[in-house]
Amino acid sequence: MRFNALQILKQGLTGNRGWAPQWRNPEPKPEYDIVLIGGGGHGLSTAYYLAKKHGLTNIAVLEKGYLGGGNVGRNTTIVRANYFLEGNSQFYSHSLGLWENLEQELNYNVMLSQRGQLMLCHSDGQRDAFARRGNAIVNQGDDAELLSPEGVRALVPYLDYEQLRFPIYGGLLQRRAGSARHDAVAWGYARGADRLGVDLIQQCEVTGIDIENGAVRGVQTTRGSIRAKKVAMVAAGRSGQVAAMAGMRLPVESHVLQAFVTEGLKPCIDHVISFGMGHFYISQSDKGGLVFGGDLDFYPSYAQRGNLPMKEHVMEAAMTLMPMIGKARVLRSWGGIMDMTPDGSPIIDRTDTKGLYLNCGWCYGGFKAVPASGDCFAHLIATDQPHEAASRYRLDRFKTGYGLMDEEGTGAQHNLH
Amino acid sequence: MRITCPLCGARDLREFSVTGSAALLNRPEEGAELPEWDDYLHNRDNPAGPSDELWYHSGGCGAWLVVRRDTTSHAVLDVRLASEQKT
Ligand SMILES: Cc1cc2nc3c(=O)[nH]c(=O)nc-3n(C[C@H](O)[C@H](O)[C@H](O)COP(=O)(O)OP(=O)(O)OC[C@H]3O[C@@H](n4cnc5c(N)ncnc54)[C@H](O)[C@@H]3O)c2cc1C
Ligand SMILES: [Zn+2]
Repeated sequence: MRFNALQILKQGLTGNRGWAPQWRNPEPKPEYDIVLIGGGGHGLSTAYYLAKKHGLTNIAVLEKGYLGGGNVGRNTTIVRANYFLEGNSQFYSHSLGLWENLEQELNYNVMLSQRGQLMLCHSDGQRDAFARRGNAIVNQGDDAELLSPEGVRALVPYLDYEQLRFPIYGGLLQRRAGSARHDAVAWGYARGADRLGVDLIQQCEVTGIDIENGAVRGVQTTRGSIRAKKVAMVAAGRSGQVAAMAGMRLPVESHVLQAFVTEGLKPCIDHVISFGMGHFYISQSDKGGLVFGGDLDFYPSYAQRGNLPMKEHVMEAAMTLMPMIGKARVLRSWGGIMDMTPDGSPIIDRTDTKGLYLNCGWCYGGFKAVPASGDCFAHLIATDQPHEAASRYRLDRFKTGYGLMDEEGTGAQHNLH
Repeated sequence: MRITCPLCGARDLREFSVTGSAALLNRPEEGAELPEWDDYLHNRDNPAGPSDELWYHSGGCGAWLVVRRDTTSHAVLDVRLASEQKT
């Protein structure tokens, strides 16, 4: 069923009893051309673009839980294209372009809100770095504005400008950046893929990958074995376990990242804002909750929850930057499993096994990547050639040392990003 | 999360920092081949379950520790001095 104004009116007048399920719930077939392991944002968008752009529809997405139950439904939904390094910059630029047309493409309201993202700087050095980054972003064709302290104050008057410890020297604003409804992105791609004939199979955990003579043959699952000509691993935080089924050790360590939401408030924070001197960023959801987060807890974890010290740090940073939110009550906090790579950038590549493909290493930034990752991974799986926007996301860059993309400049080493 | 340092006793998580898998103790010999270094520096077992990790008691005695921890529950299962672990 296509969504349109007439449908909404008709359904509204007839008690909303006519809405049908958004996707089928099929039994797994014994064989597919392509099996995708993981029904998160990246798995679903990959399935959609394989069907839509490459006409490949004999595909199954195997999800061990429910669609969108992983990180795609746990993130803080920031969408932006303000990366600095060659490789990342064109990829995220491509992704933002796809975001801007996503609702029309999927006929689904993903609630993309280009409210602008503001990164604050608090020293001369940081401001210089922002000027350089802003120029790089503009050169790659996206938007960036360097704001003076007065410019920042005019935009967001409620920050603490009087404090001496971390004075605000300015900010880098990307107006096209913003946020989106995370669940809707998963659902929109799921519905789109299903309508094109892709089988979305939930409650189906992959427990083994069958390889014969260096080529992939299929997978073992909790719902039986499934043969496949091509198998693609898109399991985000669980990539290590999935790749181990194919005898691979990945340059990935899984860590926990926490996030928080307050009770619903009247609109007060109109942008996405990140503090430059502590780990804190914030935006306000359409329901009114302040959604915020900080850095990793910095120890390996699959628990999907974190510890108190990082919570305390995030709250302290919040109070330093915008004391006005101090009376808001925090309703919930949670954590997600982040697939961290040594340089903090992702991997979209073939593997040494014929017909086996890998998409992982999204660290804490893979939500904004969902459209482009699906597009580029689908291209790779369908054509066996990397998409030009993702050609630098090679698995072997750590081994060779060539083409590392370390945005933070801290070194291509685990536990530094 | 609290970690019982063999030298200092049970201490708060905030006193420690972690460097990653205890496999870091098994540094390849000088002149080892590239794949061996790649494995050592980058590739990880990344276990979901009991995992040996290298922790540093930075806010305490300054000892390096091998902490065995369940990464699915954060339970600390065992703590030893790294100096005793290394063979
Ligand atoms: C707190 C938090 C805040 C974040 N904030 C942002 C942000 O503001 N902006 C941004 O761009 N990114 C953000 N991210 C990162 C982003 O959410 C992730 O990088 C991205 O969602 C990962 O890709 P995915 O959606 O495919 O992962 P997931 O949704 O985790 O999908 C992977 C799926 O694979 C399934 N799976 C695993 N193993 C198997 C198996 N053996 N068999 C079958 N299925 C399996 C899992 O059940 C899961 O559903 C944040 C993450 C967190 C946790
Ligand atoms: Zn100690």
